[in-house]
Amino acid sequence: MSEQSPALELRRINKSFGPVHANKDISLSVDRGSIHGIIGENGAGKSTLMSIVYGFYQADSGDIFVNGQSCHIENPQSSIKAGIGMVHQHFMLVDTFTVLENIILGVEGGYRLSEGLAAARNELIRLEKEYALEVNVDAIVGDLPVGLRQRVEILKALYRGAEILILDEPTGVLTPQEADHLFRILDTLRKQGKTVILITHKLREIMAITDNVSVMRRGEMVAHVKTRETNQAALAERMVGRSVLLQVEKKPANPKDTLVSIRNLNYLDADDVPRLKDINLDLKAGEILGIAGVSGNGQSELLEVLGGMLTPTSGSIRFEGRELVGSKAFTARNLRKIGLGHVPEDRHRSGLILSFSANECTILGYHDKPEYNRGLRLDRKSMVETCQSYIQKYDVRPPDPYLKASGFSGGNQQKLVLAREMEQNPDVLLVGQPTRGVDIGAIEFIHKQLIMMRDAGKAILVVSVEIDEVMSIADRIAVMFDGGIVGEIAASEATETRLGLMMAGVRETRPGAKEAV
Amino acid sequence: MTEGSVKFAAPLKIPGWVNYALIPFINLLAALLISGIVILIIGDSPIVALKVLIYGAFGYPEAVGYTLYYTTNFIFTGLAVAIAFHCGLFNIGAEGQAALGGIGVSLVCLYFDNLPLWLVIPFAMTAAAIFGAAWAYIPAYLQAKRGSHIVITTIMFNFIAASILTYLLVEVLIDPNGQSPESRHFIESTWLPYFHDFIAMPSTPLNISFVYALVLSAGFYFLVWHTRWGYEIRVVGQNETAARYAGISPSKNIILAMVISGALAGFVGINELQGVQHRLILDFTGGYGFVGIAVALMGRNHPIGIFLAALLFGALYQGGSELAFEMKSINKEMVIVIQGLIILFSGALEHMFRPKIEAAYRRFATTQTAEAG
Repeated sequence: MSEQSPALELRRINKSFGPVHANKDISLSVDRGSIHGIIGENGAGKSTLMSIVYGFYQADSGDIFVNGQSCHIENPQSSIKAGIGMVHQHFMLVDTFTVLENIILGVEGGYRLSEGLAAARNELIRLEKEYALEVNVDAIVGDLPVGLRQRVEILKALYRGAEILILDEPTGVLTPQEADHLFRILDTLRKQGKTVILITHKLREIMAITDNVSVMRRGEMVAHVKTRETNQAALAERMVGRSVLLQVEKKPANPKDTLVSIRNLNYLDADDVPRLKDINLDLKAGEILGIAGVSGNGQSELLEVLGGMLTPTSGSIRFEGRELVGSKAFTARNLRKIGLGHVPEDRHRSGLILSFSANECTILGYHDKPEYNRGLRLDRKSMVETCQSYIQKYDVRPPDPYLKASGFSGGNQQKLVLAREMEQNPDVLLVGQPTRGVDIGAIEFIHKQLIMMRDAGKAILVVSVEIDEVMSIADRIAVMFDGGIVGEIAASEATETRLGLMMAGVRETRPGAKEAV
Repeated sequence: MTEGSVKFAAPLKIPGWVNYALIPFINLLAALLISGIVILIIGDSPIVALKVLIYGAFGYPEAVGYTLYYTTNFIFTGLAVAIAFHCGLFNIGAEGQAALGGIGVSLVCLYFDNLPLWLVIPFAMTAAAIFGAAWAYIPAYLQAKRGSHIVITTIMFNFIAASILTYLLVEVLIDPNGQSPESRHFIESTWLPYFHDFIAMPSTPLNISFVYALVLSAGFYFLVWHTRWGYEIRVVGQNETAARYAGISPSKNIILAMVISGALAGFVGINELQGVQHRLILDFTGGYGFVGIAVALMGRNHPIGIFLAALLFGALYQGGSELAFEMKSINKEMVIVIQGLIILFSGALEHMFRPKIEAAYRRFATTQTAEAG
């Protein structure tokens, strides 16, 4: 093992799934003791590549070298043996176990659990000290906040002797402050000589923490650069293959009448747990209200209540002056009829029916409108024509109204949902995670569409866990924490720090507010 | 750009003929192969057995009549199970719903037999549908509003239905002049016309309810794929969250689908009682409701597939009894074993060959495109 050899080297890796060539001749060299970013749009092949390195898939051809030695990685076990650890986007932890139990899972050592636990405890405490990764080893994982769970995952990999740590989209579930903390941890790891590979689609993170960055596009490695020699715009251009606008161009908002006013809205779930607490919000025509917050703080419930999927426990929602709560109109079906569009947070779970064709998804929620029906019959022809017109207008690919929804990529699926909801020309549009899992190119398009609707005098509510997105698209930002609204600020006054604090539940004490009390 | 996007399109689609023809055919072949081995073990020739089976089912006009008569029952129960499947429900209760449907038919044929045939037929059909549907409504309501699992409730409702039928035949509807638990014969003016009344063929139980089953199959197709009600049922079946999102009520559609399912199952009574037995008897449902599950599975919940699967099981019923008659080593139980194997391979083990066949097809298709390109 020579000191000059890179920690991880890939040579001409190829991987196909049927006709899809997910990795084409990928070569990559990661220096020891560095943080190496891999960036690319969804479907660019980043995850496939890392799954090959971690042994989930086998490459069709190509070689992997760890510390200069050829390494045959058949499965995750052989990858762990080679000193590679992975922190998945979705944590692989048993919620009801303690941190310690989770970490020794699979490497208990010996027949008697207590011996393994005792040995592991000492080793863990040593690791925690060395890398500044404080976690109470006896805490139940289910009780820990997300940021700490992620630390448990990192500890798990280190405990297994990982020298190379792969992190897959690690900041998706973190507040900006938590993300910064993660970066400090990664920095410590780097100083201790570990190698970190960071997979992400967030350019900001690449610029903030990595030493080198590799860009993937359509299954190919299109660039290897030193981070300090590049910038966000250049990377984005490499990712997409053309220049993109990172910041949405928009005129200042011109808010008019309040279309929806929400007062003291409360929602208790089936277990009587309060999910929404005294929500007060106004949606105004010609304005985009952004809801920021770490996911799971009531945003989903707010959208589902406003979309008529859940019935609030108490409170009032007035739509164009009419009280909805308790009225006949307050069902998902009737809300659509009176002019409320809803792009759900999770297009797979609710926005589309994956086994249906695109044209069948086009009428979801609008299937009893007269234009899709001819007497008893569904008007298949008009469904297909409508779908075709959406496909054309929103540039959905492949342009096939008969293709099953599952056959489209994430961005194109999102376009199908957006087209359906926007083309009904609603007065109020609820949008959950408008660009989750969507390519940069499509993000630009989706943001433009939303701004266009705003300028046409619609009231728009955007819920997003991407703080950058909320800041760039919204005119007014409300932050949710633990089911309540922590505060509301104009987008022009929002900074990441301010929002981050609010996302952590810290209420702003404005001088003005004090006086009012 | 376009070239690249083609390469990155969705994974290769498996065409319909693989899904709907090749895989069921291979499942069937595997079942027959194992059956052949069993027959070989008990010391008979599988080839001869197969010949007898096929001849017994299709070899002569009478056989065809019987086969189609059994097929009719399987179409009814197959469609019944399939409509529930489309709504994401596993209706195990077609057997009980058929029993209740039969009671409805019998009540009409016993107590309204002064009506002319053209009136009795729709009247009896409506009774079959209402009784079957009502029997399915209760488990459906419990599932939709109370969350009681439909598999459990429909299974239990089969037992209740059987008990009701026995009670009625022993205590209420029993023919006062008879000894066995069966009702008096319906008078001839209420009988459904046989096929051999119209066309030159030997006398068989095949009656006009076969035509009715085909009409219902067409109606099924239209309802499920060409109406907004069918659309709603399928949305609920595929994704309940999406249904709620779209303002489609899952509970309403669960009840709707089950009521249709029960009505379809109830029509077994039309074919069996009004068409053939001409009286209410015990156990006239003969397991058709259960085999209907296999029919629906094998037929991929599509009326054409259901027709083919029903024909297969009809042939097995008819050819199987011929087989038990012709070959001395093969008895009735052996025929049930063969049927069981087919149900096992086409239903329970459906996914055993699927991944392999699909992978083989993908390889085949990829090399084809590579050569073409």
